Amino acid sequence: MRKLWRGSGVHLGLCFLSMFAMIPLLWMLSVSLMSPGEASSFPPPLLPQNPTFDNYRQLFEYSSMGRNFLNSLFVASAATLLSLTFNVSAGYAFAKLEFKGRQLLFRWLLSALVIPAQVSMIPLFLMLKGMGLVNSWIGVLIPFVASIFGIFLVRQYALSIPTEMIEAARIEGASELRIFRSVVLPLLKPILITLGLFTFLAAWNDFFWPLIVLTDSEKYTLPIALASLSREHVQDVELMMAGAVVTVTPVLVLFMALQRFYMSGTLAGSVKG
Amino acid sequence: MSSLTLRNIHKNFGNTAVLSGIDLDVADGEFAVIVGPSGCGKSTLLRTIAGLEDLDEGTVTIGESDVTNLPPSKRGIAMVFQSYALYPHMTVYENMSFGMKIAGSSAEEIDRAVRTAAETLGLTALLDRKPKELSGGERQRAAIGRATVRRPSIFLFDEPLSNLDASLRVKMRHEFVRLHETLETTMIYVTHDQVEAMTLADRIVVLRDGRIEQTGSPHELYTYPANRFVAGFIGSPAMNFLAGSVVETRLAQTIVRLASGTTIQVKVGSGELSPDSPVTLGIRPEHLTTGGDHNLVETEIKFVEPLGSHSYVYLETLDADEPLIFRASGDFRGAKGDKLAVGISANNCHLFGEDGKVL
Repeated sequence: MRKLWRGSGVHLGLCFLSMFAMIPLLWMLSVSLMSPGEASSFPPPLLPQNPTFDNYRQLFEYSSMGRNFLNSLFVASAATLLSLTFNVSAGYAFAKLEFKGRQLLFRWLLSALVIPAQVSMIPLFLMLKGMGLVNSWIGVLIPFVASIFGIFLVRQYALSIPTEMIEAARIEGASELRIFRSVVLPLLKPILITLGLFTFLAAWNDFFWPLIVLTDSEKYTLPIALASLSREHVQDVELMMAGAVVTVTPVLVLFMALQRFYMSGTLAGSVKG
Repeated sequence: MSSLTLRNIHKNFGNTAVLSGIDLDVADGEFAVIVGPSGCGKSTLLRTIAGLEDLDEGTVTIGESDVTNLPPSKRGIAMVFQSYALYPHMTVYENMSFGMKIAGSSAEEIDRAVRTAAETLGLTALLDRKPKELSGGERQRAAIGRATVRRPSIFLFDEPLSNLDASLRVKMRHEFVRLHETLETTMIYVTHDQVEAMTLADRIVVLRDGRIEQTGSPHELYTYPANRFVAGFIGSPAMNFLAGSVVETRLAQTIVRLASGTTIQVKVGSGELSPDSPVTLGIRPEHLTTGGDHNLVETEIKFVEPLGSHSYVYLETLDADEPLIFRASGDFRGAKGDKLAVGISANNCHLFGEDGKVL
């Protein structure tokens, strides 16, 4: 009985704490359904008086939010695909394949982790400019192709795959590519989902890099579009909130749907299995 | 089916020599067990036969062909690992058919081979299960099944029973014997457990520090160990060793003085050894006796291990650093602290010289 009370107490406490995260999101949703100017009245209302989808209609009809949404979807999906392709194969190679200088190269890569991303942005931009890739999709996607963190994440997980399993497949005549595809990839599923989710969220939410690289508003992703919207419609809080809902909802839904795998991926290797 | 020939195998990891000049011949259809303590290089030796480790020197020949530079898949071998190494996301059927699928066999051919192997190993009812749904013994059988499906010319087993509990290990030992009789294929089996080696092998290869100490049938190794290491390693409980020195040598007979001054007559010739040469006398627990009147060693009982059918009695004596182990009958009634004079059977003694080699 005491256990039950204690459990309920912990749950109540957690519910209370989760309100701090939930309330701004819920209010964002509520404001997005309000009529123009309603949210700016004092005291600000919690719920819309006459809920309306006008803001969403205006967003998709008069601004290019629909196109921006598709741009973001394309960039985030392509970044995820690229990141998985390169990070997973590199992470596996660092964990399980024997090649000269493996440890040295990995340590060298890890040491580069301490360099903040912002430091490399200007040189990267200048390089892309030299190659004529500014204002191109390739330019936006390049930072996502391979990340040291992604390689590290996959490597740590791949270390837990028994080498004997790979050797058994080698004895059975499987090529290295076949081993990777048929034996290793299915075992890496939790980390694939985790890394995929990380990359998708990062690419979807990324503001700074697309802002630097993209000059054509046709190619703007949602965060940049939202920023320009807030500049143009500084008074239209309701419209901006509708834009924020459109930006946040897909990643929130994706995270909720995959959080079970995400947790097992991030916790992997933390305890002896 | 194929024979295996290893010639002058050398393997180093960095500056550490793991295998040093291994020469070994395993006949077609033979069950050879490589046994030795941890770190002796037995698993490395098996992996070099499989092609999973590159050699620094030497040749590996399977049947008539030199496979030294061939990849594992081209050697016609199958290997069963200690951890089973089953693919966890595949069913037993998929695990067993993986190799044949890669080889491009037809679906009917694969199905026939998998079902035949499954029947031999009693796996038919488990074919649709995944490894996590199997018990330890079933996993082991599935791993063996995966190896047999491809009909290799040599089977390699790397400590396959070490993850099983004691009773299952005995059962699986019988399975291995039956499998060998059914398949009549050359099998090379690595273990650190000398009981497994004794019960399974046609021939045992004792390895220490990357060198072969002795090869021979289980009976040969038990009865005629080539050196002190083999004598101590083969047999459970281990052979008793008593340090002494030569008093007198005659034809096929030696008189040895033990540390306490007791003299023991041993029916072993010690050849050229001069009086006072240090020797070690070895005697197995079952060759110690009570009730005789010569070759007696005075001891005190430290501990009795009753096992029902017989008891192991641990005896402290001035003549040995380690307690002597005496295999007594099941109704042995001695207790801790009792004095006991045990006789050393002159016909069953082994004498080892200073270099550890048998005399």
